[in-house]
Amino acid sequence: MLTRKIELLVGVFLLTGLAAFLVLVFNVANIEVKSSDSTYTIKANFTNIGGLKVRSPVKVGGVVVGRVSSIDLDPVKLVAVVTVVMDKRYDKFPETSSLAILTSGLLGEQFLGLTPGFVDDDVSMLKDGDKIDDTRSALVLEELIGQFLYSMGSKDK
Amino acid sequence: MTQKQTPLVEIRNLGFSRGQRVIFEDISLSIPRGKVTAIMGPSGIGKTTLLKLIGGQLTPDHGQVLFDGHDIHGVSRNELFQLRKRMSMLFQSGALFTDINVFDNVAFALREHSGLPEDIIRTIVLMKLEAVGLRGAAQMMPSELSGGMQRRAALARAIALEPEMVLYDEPFAGQDPISMGVLVKLIRELSDALNLTSVVVSHDVDEVLGIADYVYVVAGKKVIAHGTPEELKHADNPQLKQFIQGAPDGPVPFHYPARDYQQELLAKGVGK
Amino acid sequence: MKLIDSIADLGRSAIEFVLGFGRAGLMLWGAIFRWPRVRKGFPLLVRQIYVVGVQSMVIILVSGLFIGMVLALQGYNILVGFGTEESLGPMVALSLLRELGPVVTALLFAGRAGSALTAEIGLMKSTEQLSSLEMMAIDPLRQIIAPRFWAGVISMPLLTLMFTAVGIYGGHIVGVEWKGIDSGAFWSILQASVEWRQDIVNCLIKSGVFAVVVTWIALYRGYQVIPNPEGISRATTQTVVQSSLAVLALDFLLTALMFGR
Repeated sequence: MLTRKIELLVGVFLLTGLAAFLVLVFNVANIEVKSSDSTYTIKANFTNIGGLKVRSPVKVGGVVVGRVSSIDLDPVKLVAVVTVVMDKRYDKFPETSSLAILTSGLLGEQFLGLTPGFVDDDVSMLKDGDKIDDTRSALVLEELIGQFLYSMGSKDK
Repeated sequence: MTQKQTPLVEIRNLGFSRGQRVIFEDISLSIPRGKVTAIMGPSGIGKTTLLKLIGGQLTPDHGQVLFDGHDIHGVSRNELFQLRKRMSMLFQSGALFTDINVFDNVAFALREHSGLPEDIIRTIVLMKLEAVGLRGAAQMMPSELSGGMQRRAALARAIALEPEMVLYDEPFAGQDPISMGVLVKLIRELSDALNLTSVVVSHDVDEVLGIADYVYVVAGKKVIAHGTPEELKHADNPQLKQFIQGAPDGPVPFHYPARDYQQELLAKGVGK
Repeated sequence: MKLIDSIADLGRSAIEFVLGFGRAGLMLWGAIFRWPRVRKGFPLLVRQIYVVGVQSMVIILVSGLFIGMVLALQGYNILVGFGTEESLGPMVALSLLRELGPVVTALLFAGRAGSALTAEIGLMKSTEQLSSLEMMAIDPLRQIIAPRFWAGVISMPLLTLMFTAVGIYGGHIVGVEWKGIDSGAFWSILQASVEWRQDIVNCLIKSGVFAVVVTWIALYRGYQVIPNPEGISRATTQTVVQSSLAVLALDFLLTALMFGR
């Protein structure tokens, strides 16, 4: 029957559309199921975040363990406050860990590098809402060149 | 029996214009129940428009169309749709739905409105097709039918819901003598057998005078004459005579209004 | 006098313009908000999805593949100059998701399905099929316009998704199979840069808006056709021209809203 054939083809059409959607969602996009159960949040202050953006990755030894979820300015201290959402699977970082804004490659995008600190008896692990004090700001090329020229000048004297 | 006496459709002082062009100035006529009423007139005077006004597809500038006492243009949309279930229209082109076959065309309104089960619908459709002699063509597509057969199939569709009134728009136009004869016979028979009120709009004088019980002649935006076919044949209104006898010249002039012939020929250039 | 005449003309065409919008709006209103019927409407909808969606699938898939491949080829030639040919993935995927997918699908849809809708409805009108529905006490807006409208609105986003997915695979074919970019790098960088909310949801929003506009214009042009062959051919042309312009103009607006910050 003609209508059966049409129904069949329309079914194929709808399923193909759905398949394309699933391909785009799971194969192309980087969705992370972010429920508060599987993540925890930490904060850090930076004097200069350079080119860091919301959703920039947080890496430990090159492995992505979290992402920047928001960037604000502390209205009193006038420093950048970066909020990071960390994956619960990686929750064994000591409080003494440090965060640095690094650049992938010479001109690549910027990310947060997390360096685990020392573990001691009176050092607890990072947990939700904690703040990392040991941070290193982004290297800004102009400042680097300025420092370099300054040190060259002082050496001449 | 009083119901028999009041006309089914009454048109009162109807006026209609399209843009600047006035089509009807002041038309009044009444269509009796169970009879074949013909509306005749030269082509291009808006006979089809008149049918669309009766069916409520167009709205008049002034005047009323009463269908069984209801003002077609005064009622709500829902009521209008209820009234339309009691009438149907045979379009000049047939207007069959081209993507479904003859059977489904006839069954269309039944499936839509009647709520009857499919096997009863099948019986009704076959009966209607039998009445127009097309039962054998039920599974054909409209494009496979000849013009006359299309019109008969459309007629079967028009009477599928057993309406009280059928409006025929130029049913004889462009038909060969045989299909014309068939259609004349069908209209008359259906009217008598189903006690149908028929309104035939046409300019085919002989056929119309042959089947109509009462005739209105519309010309020049007005009804110029009405009466039984016998009365009209013997009327001495010159405009009517010209129309009925088909004389090329008369009150309706052969020439479109123009300047004096001799003057125009002698004039140099068009603009002068 | 000339001046007054031309001002009057201008006013008249302005009124016509507004009037047209009003009529089109009323048509849409009548088609989608009056008496929804699920049981009888569903088979009509399936049939129209077949006509509007399934029959446009081949042209959409083939165009998507070729556009993805061309995009990858051109992109590769530029990116290789910077030594960043691995970024080909995001380049192809983002251009397809954000712009080319919705826009090109809408343009192809207007040409393939929109013009066919206009011609079909125009023909129905000129053969008095619409009038005859009305005389049968069946609302043509509900019976004819509504299923076609919904079919268009459902089909086009699906077609856009297919176009984009096939286009990305086209880019993969050129980039990875032909030009030899590492397959892992292609996909991982692509996945890192495509975002669910920013890219895929916006792609769907865009194509949803285009679907409404293109289908609406096509149906309105058919519904308002001057019932003769010349009128139908004019209306078909108008459908393609007007919906293409509308799509491109709206694309700018939507892009400005979504990515302009």
